[in-house]
Amino acid sequence: MKERVLLKGGRVVDPSQGIDEPLDVLLDSGVVEALGKASAKGAEVIDVSGLVVCPGFIDLHVHLREPGREDKETIATGTRAAAAGGFTAVCAMPNTEPVNDQAGITRFILDRARAEGAVRVYPIGAITKGSMGEEIAEYGDLREAGCVAVSDDGRPVASARVFRRALEYAKAFDLTVIDHCEEPTLAQGASMNEGPVATLLGLRGNPSAGEAMIVERDVLLADLTGGKVHVAHLSTALGAEAVRRGKARGVRVTAEATPHHMLLTDSLVKESGYDTSTKMNPPLRSESDREALLEALRDGTVDCIATDHAPHAVDDKKCEYDLAAFGIVGLETAVALCLDRLVGAGVVDLPRLVALLSTNPARVLGLPGGTLAPGSPADVTVLDLARKVKVDPARFESRGRNSPFGGWSLKGGPAMTLVGGRVVFTA
Amino acid sequence: MKAYPHRHLLGIEELSPEHVQTILDTADGLREVLDRPIKKVPALRGKTVVNLFYEPSTRTRASFEVAEKVLSADSLSITTATSSVQKGETLLDTARNLEAMNPDMIVIRHSSSGAPHFLARHCRSAIVNAGDGAHEHPTQALLDALTLRQKKGRLKGLRVAIVGDLLHSRVMRSNVWLLTKMGADVVLCAPPTLVPPGIEALAPVTHRIDEAVEGADAVMMLRIQRERMTGGFYPSDREYHLRFGLTAARAARAKKDVLILHPGPMNRGVEIASEVADGPYSVILDQVTNGVAVRMAVLYLLLGGSAEAVA
Ligand SMILES: [Zn+2]
Repeated sequence: MKERVLLKGGRVVDPSQGIDEPLDVLLDSGVVEALGKASAKGAEVIDVSGLVVCPGFIDLHVHLREPGREDKETIATGTRAAAAGGFTAVCAMPNTEPVNDQAGITRFILDRARAEGAVRVYPIGAITKGSMGEEIAEYGDLREAGCVAVSDDGRPVASARVFRRALEYAKAFDLTVIDHCEEPTLAQGASMNEGPVATLLGLRGNPSAGEAMIVERDVLLADLTGGKVHVAHLSTALGAEAVRRGKARGVRVTAEATPHHMLLTDSLVKESGYDTSTKMNPPLRSESDREALLEALRDGTVDCIATDHAPHAVDDKKCEYDLAAFGIVGLETAVALCLDRLVGAGVVDLPRLVALLSTNPARVLGLPGGTLAPGSPADVTVLDLARKVKVDPARFESRGRNSPFGGWSLKGGPAMTLVGGRVVFTA
Repeated sequence: MKAYPHRHLLGIEELSPEHVQTILDTADGLREVLDRPIKKVPALRGKTVVNLFYEPSTRTRASFEVAEKVLSADSLSITTATSSVQKGETLLDTARNLEAMNPDMIVIRHSSSGAPHFLARHCRSAIVNAGDGAHEHPTQALLDALTLRQKKGRLKGLRVAIVGDLLHSRVMRSNVWLLTKMGADVVLCAPPTLVPPGIEALAPVTHRIDEAVEGADAVMMLRIQRERMTGGFYPSDREYHLRFGLTAARAARAKKDVLILHPGPMNRGVEIASEVADGPYSVILDQVTNGVAVRMAVLYLLLGGSAEAVA
């Protein structure tokens, strides 16, 4: 492939520059060279007429499982899934085995990503050593090795004192602290949302108040310390309200929401007859939570859409509901779901969706990309709004097959993914 | 149309009142076999049933086994210590090994809610839920209903109080579904810590046992599941008995001919006073006979036994 690529005849949607118009995009030597009329001389011309050209999509919340759980996913398979899903970069959560709490592990991940990754990988380091919630990790080393944020995702930082120290210390290295907001004693033993559906199914419930009180705590501590907190996978109306109030007060808080929390509710656990692909943490919530999340997406309380891509081996899911692992895969369904069920359904318009998937996540963690401004990385997601997508987990690039969206018919999806000017996926 | 169209019995929730009626009527018809000198009919000859019990349960398992023998089914019981950490063979592997023997039905008791649904998805056999986690225990509700119908002549309009650990109780869930479907007037009673959220959509809830028992035709007492009581749901057995236990004085607030049901095993002196448990309103022995009759009916209806073979 040539170093110069001209994406010709597409509709460019770049919210970072307020652009939504037909423009050609010239990429050269891994960066965006020019938008609009540009000389195609010496360039490979790719016809993207009828398609939408966007800044590359960035997923802030992905579990790549390597090192340690290569049976569930590897950096190679996970990044191929990302490319196939229209993502040009993913942030890798640190709950691997061992936990990414040291520069050596961060470097291992980056080495693997350079050797085998289809898209960019930005490692996230642990908040605490071993993600045990006790002593903060070496953020200076982690940052220097390439970590873009810290998180103990998979579990909350139970101690308010430790979380406060993390927010304070992270300021020295301009790191955002990403929290999995869940009050652990209230969520103990739970396998779904607490409420009438859990009651009928006889499953132990995780109450929405448990998320909200930790979001409240984190907002208060971010206010107290001046640190930056990012709320992972916001799932409740009460949690969204806490973020909204924090933002209104000027606290440095941002939030992400997943497609599954915006599109599904806990009633699916019952309708599916205890299908374990409906089990994740935070759990699918009530219809009023779902509606509140969509409102939070519309009014800007939610900054970005992330997948919480959590692949599992078949055996981890093919068992009793309360024994099944938490989590679903999301990289290969997120964009099509958002195009059909958010843009198609009129929840947000296309430029706003592109912002939620590219410009905003880049801004939240200060990552390169999220824009097609000349000089920025040549990371591009091309969408086909007319493409018919039938979700078939058996054909995923990911090793994980655990999706509740199998069989869904969707309109619109990624058509092409370019990273650093190179095509890494074509539909 | 078949009188009973379901392939499995996973819960009462999905049954229509007509299907409940069919099972109860069939059980009434079959109970007579238990009074014969030779308690055996060839209705399910050649059918194989596996009883797969992941929780210790003497009475439910024995009841299924007797029902299977009376109907001449070949049966096999497997009791496995339950394992929450999934050591050893998985439920699916166990079920698949059993299926190699081509059973017509698997009766399963499991501590995980939804375990029977899991088997129903992955196995060819008909699945009968003999109690799953805190979800349902359909044959218990059916036998309770059979007993009530026998003693009171009806279910519709009966005032039934269900008292005790509602939160962890599958017996409560199955009974609420069944009794409300059949037109009984159900009231639930427990301390607020043992009330599952949203249950009031199915039946009214009170925290005062005197109120619940007042004028009741029947009181169903639920066992305090002490093995699950790690969450500090109530301060002491003493206070529980004092505030929420069924004492003789409280039982006296019910109708004169009140029936007291308990799925057993009882914690005497906690949810129920011995004088009530051993008193004149107890129908525990009828429940045992009816348990066998109801399970015969379920086996018979699901396995398509021939009616002539019973006559
Ligand atoms: Zn998480």
